[in-house]
Amino acid sequence: MKFSEAWLRTLADTELDTDALAHLLTMAGLEVEAVEPAAPAFSRVVVAEILSAERHPNADRLQVCRVSVGEGEPLQIVCGAPNARAGLKTACALVGAKLPEFEIQEARVRGVESFGMLCSAKELGLSDAAEGILELPADAPVGQDFRAWRRLDDRLVTLKLTPNRGDCLSVLGIAREVAALSGARLQHVDCSPVATESPDTFPVTVDAPESCPRYCGRVLRGIDAAARTPAWMAERLERSGVRSIHPVVDVTNYVLLELGQPMHGFDLARLEGGIRVRMGRAGERLELLNGETIELAADTLAIADASGPLALAGVMGGAASAVTEATRDIFLESAHFAPAAIAGRARRYGLGTDSSHRFERGVDFDLPRHALERATRLILEICGGRAGPVTEVAGAALRAPTIAYRPERARRLLGLDLGDAEQAAILGRLGMDVGSTGEGLRVTPPSFRFDIVREVDLVEEVARVHGYERIPIVPPRGEARLLPVAETERGQGEVKQLLAARGYQEIVTYSFIAADLDADFRAEGARLPLLNPIASQMDSMRGSLLPGLVQALRHNLNHGQERLRLFEAGRCFVAADIDAQPVRLAGLAHGTAAPEQWGEPAREADFYDVKNDVEALLFPQAASFEAATHPALHPGRSARIALAGHPVGWLGTLHPRLAQKYGFAHPPILFELDWPAVAGREAPRYSGLSRFPAVRRDIAVVVEAGLAVGGMLEALRQHLPATVVDLSLFDVYQGQGVEPGKKSLAFSMLLQDTQKTLTDAEIEAAVGQVVRHLADKFDAVLRA
Amino acid sequence: MSTLDEILKEAESAFAAVSTLPALDQVKARFIGKSGLITEQMKGLATLAPEERKAAGARINQVKDQVEALLRDRREAIQADLLSRQLKAEALDVTLPGRGEAMGGLHPVTRTMERIQELFASIGFGVADGPEIETDFYNFTALNIPEDHPARAMHDTFYLEHGGLLRTHTSPVQVHYMQRHQPPIRIIAPGRVYRCDSDVTHTPMFHQVEGLWVDEHANFAELKGLLADFMQRFFEREAMPVRFRPSFFPFTEPSAEMDIGCVICEGKGCRVCSHTGWLEVLGCGMVHPNVFGHVGIDPERYQGFAFGLGVERLAMLRYGVDDLRLFFENDLRFLKQFA
Ligand SMILES: [Zn+2]
Repeated sequence: MKFSEAWLRTLADTELDTDALAHLLTMAGLEVEAVEPAAPAFSRVVVAEILSAERHPNADRLQVCRVSVGEGEPLQIVCGAPNARAGLKTACALVGAKLPEFEIQEARVRGVESFGMLCSAKELGLSDAAEGILELPADAPVGQDFRAWRRLDDRLVTLKLTPNRGDCLSVLGIAREVAALSGARLQHVDCSPVATESPDTFPVTVDAPESCPRYCGRVLRGIDAAARTPAWMAERLERSGVRSIHPVVDVTNYVLLELGQPMHGFDLARLEGGIRVRMGRAGERLELLNGETIELAADTLAIADASGPLALAGVMGGAASAVTEATRDIFLESAHFAPAAIAGRARRYGLGTDSSHRFERGVDFDLPRHALERATRLILEICGGRAGPVTEVAGAALRAPTIAYRPERARRLLGLDLGDAEQAAILGRLGMDVGSTGEGLRVTPPSFRFDIVREVDLVEEVARVHGYERIPIVPPRGEARLLPVAETERGQGEVKQLLAARGYQEIVTYSFIAADLDADFRAEGARLPLLNPIASQMDSMRGSLLPGLVQALRHNLNHGQERLRLFEAGRCFVAADIDAQPVRLAGLAHGTAAPEQWGEPAREADFYDVKNDVEALLFPQAASFEAATHPALHPGRSARIALAGHPVGWLGTLHPRLAQKYGFAHPPILFELDWPAVAGREAPRYSGLSRFPAVRRDIAVVVEAGLAVGGMLEALRQHLPATVVDLSLFDVYQGQGVEPGKKSLAFSMLLQDTQKTLTDAEIEAAVGQVVRHLADKFDAVLRA
Repeated sequence: MSTLDEILKEAESAFAAVSTLPALDQVKARFIGKSGLITEQMKGLATLAPEERKAAGARINQVKDQVEALLRDRREAIQADLLSRQLKAEALDVTLPGRGEAMGGLHPVTRTMERIQELFASIGFGVADGPEIETDFYNFTALNIPEDHPARAMHDTFYLEHGGLLRTHTSPVQVHYMQRHQPPIRIIAPGRVYRCDSDVTHTPMFHQVEGLWVDEHANFAELKGLLADFMQRFFEREAMPVRFRPSFFPFTEPSAEMDIGCVICEGKGCRVCSHTGWLEVLGCGMVHPNVFGHVGIDPERYQGFAFGLGVERLAMLRYGVDDLRLFFENDLRFLKQFA
């Protein structure tokens, strides 16, 4: 809502200056977004009349004018504007005038003396462009200060209104607030009935009373086609950002800004039969004032006549019935449309108008008739004509609710000690009807406060007008209880710090990605497309964190990075259900195993480097890794990760096909884990220490080269003799000395007993048992 | 007995002539080994008369002690020399960089969220979570935003083709939580939210932290107290001015916007605060009775407050970041600055 401060002050003048007024409004919840001067500063510019204009003796394009500026002798001024002519009233900057861009001095222009300058709107900073000097109306008072005459010492105030305050979408509405907050007197706007001078009416039928509970209209005949909008009105409209078009349209716009009631004027000559307020019919088309043609739907409220739809109710009028220069007789509409009937319609058609903006938020149900009288009075004043009686079709009146209000409740909610009488007084200042019930108050809001329907709405009003700043700042009180801390669950911070310590940098990528990117990486569920994506490369909810990592890798490689370790934690979207949006943790490694540094040979990071990171993340849980295929991973270099038999994620090298597609010479290594698997861990449990010596024995066996060592180790560990407390793999070898198609595995075993020192025989027996198990289950042959 | 003096002299110069321990041992054998010169002298005693033997023996022993002392000194000198050579040889350039993995780091949004969580956890706020694909009920209806409410249009909601929407705020977590828990409630809910908006000051995804406190007496004065305290702690400025302005959120009433004194210009007025000296940092208010109604909490018995703060906004102010979009470009040159 943008309006002229001067206009506001005509309705509620306060002694507060502009800054204080703006602060008052802001702190009452009507946030002042901007205050700008109506015109830039300039001085010594007066209304002037050109008495004569003659061609400059030395320049074709210049004229030498004699200009009256009121008192004193006329001035001689050289002017280059083609529209400078005798009899024209315009603005004249006198010698010494300070304009926004320059100062005026006596000058000699091509040999002719000039004592001032005739000004264009651009030179005065009133517009960005101008053709020629200002053309002022014939009744402009010559000699008067131009600023004062045009009331340019005004400011334009822009409010950022919250959607509940539809009542402040008018200058009167804001004036009411100013009056209630500052104690200023609210001025009366004359909305009394005008004398009817014509018996003419136009029939009105309302078929949709729920959507249009009140419709008022009247006929005005014989308006003067030559009438012009008065300067004061055009100026107020302009300062609210509304262009002056036609006196009738200007009046309806003016009343909308002044009172908040959207209105519409129809050209009566172009209406047939009568007005019918009804729902749209499929296939009906309507050409709007803005030239667009729309198709109505069964839930679109329309104003129609016998010939078909005339206007999109509460949003915009139609072109065919619009008031034009030729219009003599009009039908003026002032109706109440229910917010539900307008909300969403304007948006559906891509039309946001001043009218729909107000109806969506609500308009005072009692306003249409007052506004109609106000507009009629203004049209008669400006355009003449004869008004007929008001036709009104109204269903049951929308009455403001009477609310039981407990001042004690307000004190409890606000933590503010404010007496009953003070609260009642505040509500009274807001125009509420306040009575006592013995237990509390009975409050009826005025019709323009349609946003107030329940007790808590009144609590907010009391708080707001009393001032949020006057509510004390108090530390909250609560039970001092410790929060539960599950030792079996690690926080995100702890896990992320672990990855950071292993060289990984956290990233945060958008949860929506391009459809083909999602397809490349999605391992479960179907694509989840957005209905209204912001861009085509962000039209699908990610099914995996991997594509985001790959994109971030691409971005950073393009910026000269070479070695990257990245991770992200966040939700992935398998389906739209609440349970199908798992939180995951994923990482990526690209480049050398260690940062390039002295004294270490550089080596590309491989699967096993990253596997170690994954194992560290899951530690002390022992994960198993099983060869499996994932759409985005190299089929021979990818593993399904499981904990106690439950799959919890993936590890692998980016599929060469995707590496090529996304332009990586060296495919990155990726992992993705379910968050609960990473966060979970068992609380430790002490299991005793042996006091007897431990013995190490190493064995080497030869097996088939294709044998998966992970599974073998797991199986071995499950069948170890009780005395073998640890078994680990320390070498894998293929090559000389080992038959082709085979590989050699070297294990070390730690043997220990809790009760005694092991004898050589016992040690050999245990080692023999392991060797036999290897031979039986894995065809392993002991190397000599 | 000048021979003994000669032996002593010879030993002295022989020991000095060698510089390694094995060479010293070899030279030593020449004097006090089994067939060394001193041993020879001892053997020579047998040829002497018994009365001379004692004095000569004492003399030989004296020389032998002297030779051994010379030997010991020389050994120590050689050892000291060896050690000093070893130390010299082993000296490192301690200024060379250390080897191994370099440190990674956390994203500034995570860093900021952790800080927020830590501050609220210090007075007993637990952390709650909720889905990001939401239903209309949780994102709007249960938060007192009925269909066709103008507030819905302001939310610029992303919808999914097959139903559901991306939550536009973290407030739905309030609803999920209150459906499952009765007061007293003290939670925050950090997370991603989505709005169909993208320009210099908006990204289609950003992070919020929702807060909720419900019991039998939590009031607006306490809401002010808590948030003022939070902002002062978050920015580590004891005297940070704050103010609360009436505002509107369908799910709270009374509602407020909270401003803090501009942390960039200290209230003097700058570009960041649009020359007002104030920065809008969060929205808050008393939980609306209709919201309690939707989750089955008695609004006559319980009352409470909720707030929602923008994580990127706080991070930008705290760390002086002037472009929101940097948070999601994932450029390491940016991210490394928050390690
Ligand atoms: Zn500032």
